[in-house]
Amino acid sequence: MASKATLNSEQAIKSETSSKNSGPPHISLSKEDSEDVGDDLLREDWKPELPPRRSTLELMNVSQKSPTSSLRIGITTTRPKLQSTATTALSLADADGQLHSDELQRNSATSLRSSPSHKSLRSHTPIYRSRSGTISEIDDTTSILSYHHLPGGSDAESILGDLLTTDQRSPQWLFSHGDRHVKQDEMPFDNNEPTADFNREFDEIPDLVEDGSNEAELLQQWESKRKHFLILSAAGKPIFNRHGSDNLISGYIGITQTIFSFFESSNDQLKSFSAGKSRFVALTRGPLYLVAISKLGESDSQLRVQLDSLYMQILSTLTLPTLENLFSKRPSTDLRRPLQGTESLLAALADSFTRGSPSTLLSALECLKLRKRDREAINNAMLQVKCKDLLYGLIVAGGRLVSVIRPRSHSLHPGDLQLIFNMLFEAGSVKASEGESWIPMCLPGFNKNGYLYMYVRFLDILKEKESEEVHKSTDTTEDRIAILLISANREGFYELQKMATEVIRYLEKIDKLSTIKSAIIQGRPTTTDIVPGTVLQHFLYKSRGNLQYVMPSYEPSFITLLGRRRLLSVYHALHAGVHAKTGHLKVYHCISREHVALAWITPMFELYCIADGSVERNALAQAANKVIEYIRSQEERVFIIGGVVSHGPSTLTLDE
Amino acid sequence: MSDSNASVPKPSSSVKLVLLGEAAVGKSSLVLRFVNNDFQENKEPTIGAAFLTQKCQLPTRTIKFEIWDTAGQERFASLAPMYYRNAQSALVVYDLTKPSSLTKAKHWVAELQRQASPGIVIALVGNKLDLCTATGEHDAAEAENSETATEEPQEGDARKITTKEAKDYAEEEGLLFFETSAKDGTGVQEVFNAIANAIPETQLKGSRPAGATGQAGQTRDEGRVNLNANAGAGGPKDGCAC
Ligand SMILES: Nc1nc2c(ncn2[C@@H]2O[C@H](COP(=O)(O)OP(=O)(O)OP(=O)(O)O)[C@@H](O)[C@H]2O)c(=O)[nH]1
Ligand SMILES: [Mg+2]
Repeated sequence: MASKATLNSEQAIKSETSSKNSGPPHISLSKEDSEDVGDDLLREDWKPELPPRRSTLELMNVSQKSPTSSLRIGITTTRPKLQSTATTALSLADADGQLHSDELQRNSATSLRSSPSHKSLRSHTPIYRSRSGTISEIDDTTSILSYHHLPGGSDAESILGDLLTTDQRSPQWLFSHGDRHVKQDEMPFDNNEPTADFNREFDEIPDLVEDGSNEAELLQQWESKRKHFLILSAAGKPIFNRHGSDNLISGYIGITQTIFSFFESSNDQLKSFSAGKSRFVALTRGPLYLVAISKLGESDSQLRVQLDSLYMQILSTLTLPTLENLFSKRPSTDLRRPLQGTESLLAALADSFTRGSPSTLLSALECLKLRKRDREAINNAMLQVKCKDLLYGLIVAGGRLVSVIRPRSHSLHPGDLQLIFNMLFEAGSVKASEGESWIPMCLPGFNKNGYLYMYVRFLDILKEKESEEVHKSTDTTEDRIAILLISANREGFYELQKMATEVIRYLEKIDKLSTIKSAIIQGRPTTTDIVPGTVLQHFLYKSRGNLQYVMPSYEPSFITLLGRRRLLSVYHALHAGVHAKTGHLKVYHCISREHVALAWITPMFELYCIADGSVERNALAQAANKVIEYIRSQEERVFIIGGVVSHGPSTLTLDE
Repeated sequence: MSDSNASVPKPSSSVKLVLLGEAAVGKSSLVLRFVNNDFQENKEPTIGAAFLTQKCQLPTRTIKFEIWDTAGQERFASLAPMYYRNAQSALVVYDLTKPSSLTKAKHWVAELQRQASPGIVIALVGNKLDLCTATGEHDAAEAENSETATEEPQEGDARKITTKEAKDYAEEEGLLFFETSAKDGTGVQEVFNAIANAIPETQLKGSRPAGATGQAGQTRDEGRVNLNANAGAGGPKDGCAC
């Protein structure tokens, strides 16, 4: 209570500029606390500042409601700039978490490679599996990929361009119009395609026995994992390690730290290298070293996004100033202690990346499909009973977003939402709670420096009728409806609790809980439900303006852990390919033994789709067009457009 | 949760209760036992705090507990005042097998006595009784000795804090005292029962049926007077049917 800073918007804007200039090790220690700094982090008398309010001019953009106008914004320019125009409810992920193709290029320049790259510039060979251990990487693409020049010579760009300007409603694009913007690739990810051993990926590695006699066996198990995440302090203290005990892998930890400090001392930063089938990608964030070791074939920047998410998870527990204070006071700090109890959150996040997360890949969120009228009614219910201190109000169901209300000046970052979802669905204590939870949480995309307080209530509306055949989702907690109300006031529980009760009562009165419920029970439609008779097995469609994505059910083709990972590996390869620096690629097409797949990017959307290997390219393209048509017709149902702007608290205070 | 007297409307009032104590001593497990009569072997640490309610039927009245189950991890400690500020009762929990947890519990008691509302009813609860073979005092002493003598500790007895030590402390401070097992349920009802009975009638607000107050004033004003009467894991009292 005492530790609060009140800001008006002018101050906030000033603070933006100052914080931008002051670089990362920006620590203002207001007190000397030589005691165990790991203790009682929330008690620090730190006065964090709010993120900047937008200027009035920019504010006006917020009220733009037209979905098409929101799609237009110069998305082709550097994306983080979009953050300042809060056009939709959901803002772009933090710049740190974004993929930049030019960054990719820089990275690959400093990458170390142990395997030789291919020199085979091939013409179109539909079935080709690269034998090299080299993972598909941007700098490899020229060697592994073949540019496919189709006859006709007409320019796909102009066709796409025409489409975009003249006929947005029915984009038609056919493979017969190939050009430099179309790339043909024999799926490089086949190399790393997960096999049956992936089913043991999440098996626990047992503890070392005392005499160490099982060490070799355990290390072999460790090495057989497809993916590792390792977080160390700069001083070399382990903070998080997904598989095996610290003891078991102390050798690896030592090596990792040595490599890091070697590069650090030569004023260079280690970014990535390959060893055998493994790709090592490193990220330094303040006092932390984060490492991903993957045999799943993701690109460097994709792995970096994952590492950044783990870092954000740590910030969400500690806040940035606390993290920095801990290490500036005592570089040898053991961060495990202050992070105690959040290991499962880090592990859950890491595992979601290993299983494959469309949301992380696309930096976008998924919404529950609802009629526009229903969604408006639900939004309205929240607005009607909104309380004074509310910052964000969310309804989440079936693991997807149902409704968002937010203050005019703040949008919600996909990265923050991912952390919230992770907390909701992975924190055992929250999801298992019979009651309500009150959780202090830093949302780094919103403000890295302080805590917000999250009121969470799960509604068990599905429980009531267990006899009904509920759809076959494995995770039942994800099927619950959650009401999430976020405030900067740590004393705000009772107010938010009252609001939640009123929201529920209101929704019951207008009979919308049952609407949500049936949408959950229905689940995601299958691909063939969406486009009857389509050749597609699955697709991902990301609306770039809304930062949201749509996908069909994993059924029937991709329901197993392995099946789903393979699908996601295809998507990762497509995503890496189409975001590669080489040219302004708009369409990327690749073929493997089993699949044909297509990525198609326009300023408005990204589409990734996959079909059986026997499917002709034109059929694939046609099917892709059908998906676009479907999305067009359903746009207001599958996306939350704009979100609802509420009049947030006029002044905000934030605890740290 | 129904009571034989359910048809007769009894005075009903709510009691705010907060659970405090070191991480992993079993606060959430005690609440889970009380509210759902359930136990989970690997309960995950609480993040922030959880708010739950549970009714408790006493012969003369219904008590609705509004429970704050707080997180024991240090980084949440500064939030505690918000939870205990208006609490009428507190369970300060320690782990019978972990000496540091009693030290922590004493800190909480001191903080409550300093900062919480003056009439607050505090119960000191030693949990994980199921891990202790015998409840007798000298057994525990033996276990400690055997440890220093590097002999095998008594099979299965992990007790590190004797009943006497904690009980003496509780008496000194005027606290209710119990030893419980959230795992097998021992003593859990009794704790909440005792608290329900120990809340001074005058403190009970929100009694719905008229004429409820001042009716059965067994425990008046002085919240701490007869508290120790309930000490020890005694048999069920007053038939709390929750
Ligand atoms: N044997 C035994 N184990 C228990 C008992 N009560 C709790 N546990 C276990 O102790 C661990 C911690 O229990 P929690 O209820 O989560 O402890 P907590 O005090 O709520 O912990 P925080 O929320 O982190 O403060 C869990 O693995 C429980 O299963 C008990 O009475 N006996
Ligand atoms: Mg707990």
